[in-house]
Amino acid sequence: MSAKTPEQINEDLLRPLSGVSPRYFIVLGCFVAVIIAAMFAFGWQINNGIGVAGIRRPVFWGFYITNFVFWIGLSHAGTLISAILRIANATWRRPVTRCAEVITVFALSIGATFPIIHLGRPWIFFWLVPYPSERGIWPNIRSPLLWDFFAINTYLLGSVTFLLLPMIPDFALIRDRTTGLKHKIYNVLSLGWTGSPRQWHRLEKAMQIMAIAIIPVAVSVHSIVSWDFAMAPVPMWHSTIFAPYFVAGAIFSGIAALIIAMALLRKFLHLEEYLLPIHFQNLGKLLLVMSLLWVYFVFSERLTGWYGNESSEMSVFWLTQTGRFSGLFWTMVVCNFIIPFPLLAIKKFRTITGCVIASIGVVIGMWLERFLIIVPSLSHKYLPYAYAASPYRPTWVEITITAGTFAGMVTLYMLFSKVVPIISVWELKWGQHPEEARDPLLARADEEEATA
Amino acid sequence: MVIDLDRCTGCEACVVACHAENNISTVGEDQAGRGRAKHWIRVERYYEGEFPDVKVKFMPVLCQQCGDAPCEPVCPTFASYHTEEGLNGQVYNRCIGTRYCANACPYNVRFFNFYNPQWDKPLQLQLNPDVSVRSVGIMEKCTFCVQRIKAGEIQAEAEKREVRDGEIQPACVQSCPTRAMVFGDLNDPNSEVSRMARSNRATKLLGELGTQPKVTYLQRDSANVREDA
Repeated sequence: MSAKTPEQINEDLLRPLSGVSPRYFIVLGCFVAVIIAAMFAFGWQINNGIGVAGIRRPVFWGFYITNFVFWIGLSHAGTLISAILRIANATWRRPVTRCAEVITVFALSIGATFPIIHLGRPWIFFWLVPYPSERGIWPNIRSPLLWDFFAINTYLLGSVTFLLLPMIPDFALIRDRTTGLKHKIYNVLSLGWTGSPRQWHRLEKAMQIMAIAIIPVAVSVHSIVSWDFAMAPVPMWHSTIFAPYFVAGAIFSGIAALIIAMALLRKFLHLEEYLLPIHFQNLGKLLLVMSLLWVYFVFSERLTGWYGNESSEMSVFWLTQTGRFSGLFWTMVVCNFIIPFPLLAIKKFRTITGCVIASIGVVIGMWLERFLIIVPSLSHKYLPYAYAASPYRPTWVEITITAGTFAGMVTLYMLFSKVVPIISVWELKWGQHPEEARDPLLARADEEEATA
Repeated sequence: MVIDLDRCTGCEACVVACHAENNISTVGEDQAGRGRAKHWIRVERYYEGEFPDVKVKFMPVLCQQCGDAPCEPVCPTFASYHTEEGLNGQVYNRCIGTRYCANACPYNVRFFNFYNPQWDKPLQLQLNPDVSVRSVGIMEKCTFCVQRIKAGEIQAEAEKREVRDGEIQPACVQSCPTRAMVFGDLNDPNSEVSRMARSNRATKLLGELGTQPKVTYLQRDSANVREDA
């Protein structure tokens, strides 16, 4: 990494905050239009009934729950990876952590809307919340959906805290460099940060605690999401492998999303000198490990199911291996393994472009994986007479809402990158100039302490 | 409940009776083609052999009122829950429509209201006043005609006596011309259902899943069937 002066770093990383181009507005407008279309679709669904979606008996869960699992999985990009890298004190992490943590918060928020969108009566979703109501009953704590409710909220709170903590010194930095309304807003956001040694000490301590606490929370969240399926006696769902399988898949898709986000940020915010090929190569290696782990899990899941040779399981098994869903299944294998493996394993291909292509494959493949876990099993449950008479097909409502959430992710990311430096300024400076990283804030604090 | 598969002729009178008794709306050809038809009881047909030498087997399938029902623990709002009498209750007002119960049910006997129910005029005039009409976004299923069970119990209590065996009949049982279905109290060892459930032809549908169904099927006695033929 070419050494840059602290002032240069400030300059480069705060530049995106200084203004927006017309092109930015046009792009943002397009994505917002998709979001509005998705909101219209949801309104249409509430007005006409959930029947406008493609779900049917017995495939009662379709695109919505696929998206739910997919987005919650994607949310494992950030917080988990950044927490592990922080604890391991991997120095190359510094420019990566914040854009990873942001993915977590946004993907989790988006994912958490799907359990509400998919309800038959979404207007009373709050019955899942334990509050003393006139109905006189609490929610059913035995239901995995309730575990979801608590797990996702815990993870969301935790990852928002984890994201906000290291942003405080950066808010203070922006506060000191702005005037007027902006100054006032960042003044509030920086929570009275002066950069005194005591504040630094507390911040570090808080981040250490959060980094350690958030890892078990992240693992538990996707375990619990997997139990939405594994707890029900449905063929190919009712398996003990599901929790680790889902967690591995979540981290897998999370890293892929992070690589794509980093490549886009690098290009559009001109961060070529901060997000270096080494970052992509390192994340690419992680992605390679997860790809192999994913293949191992899929193989174990399939092998044990096949070896057990239970008739209802085998009916679903062959449906995905050679039957109606085999096209999607093998596309998934190609996207998650055949494409990424050579790109990431051979050093020559492990470039930024190579990593991004592999990551796009993985994101598509992991979405398909979630779909293939849900729909084929529900189509072929036990009694052959009750098999899905007509196969599940998504309608425009489901497709629009799905597209809307992807647009929502990009929109949130675009807005965020204009409000907060997407690379943690103080952490980067600390890495490059350990002796003066805390300047000028620290200097000011020293002065204050001296005068006091 | 006991269902004697030897006696079932597949006439589907039970299906019609159930629709009439429980205010089950029909959804029309298009929606039925999408698998959204609602039949709390259905007659499954399985074919044995090649045409023209085919044997058809009929099996009426309704909610098995499981003792250990997969649909119950998964419901976050207690809409699906176990009543004191051992029925799998479905409280429509509590249902928010997660459809988790229907996914968990191995028998696929839970039905979802994808739209608000509609009846062609003047059919709405024949709705059963003892059964609530379910709105959009709600799960519904066979109740063992709980309204008839309650009515029978209240009647017996008013007359200060026990409920007589066979006094209470769900609509499907009442309408079965071959008496393939028998309903009664399994806790009473002398009731007709208890006696029939002890038959050596007795079997449970998907009993290996551990759901402890309260519906007992009496298997077809294939030896006898061949003699008759």
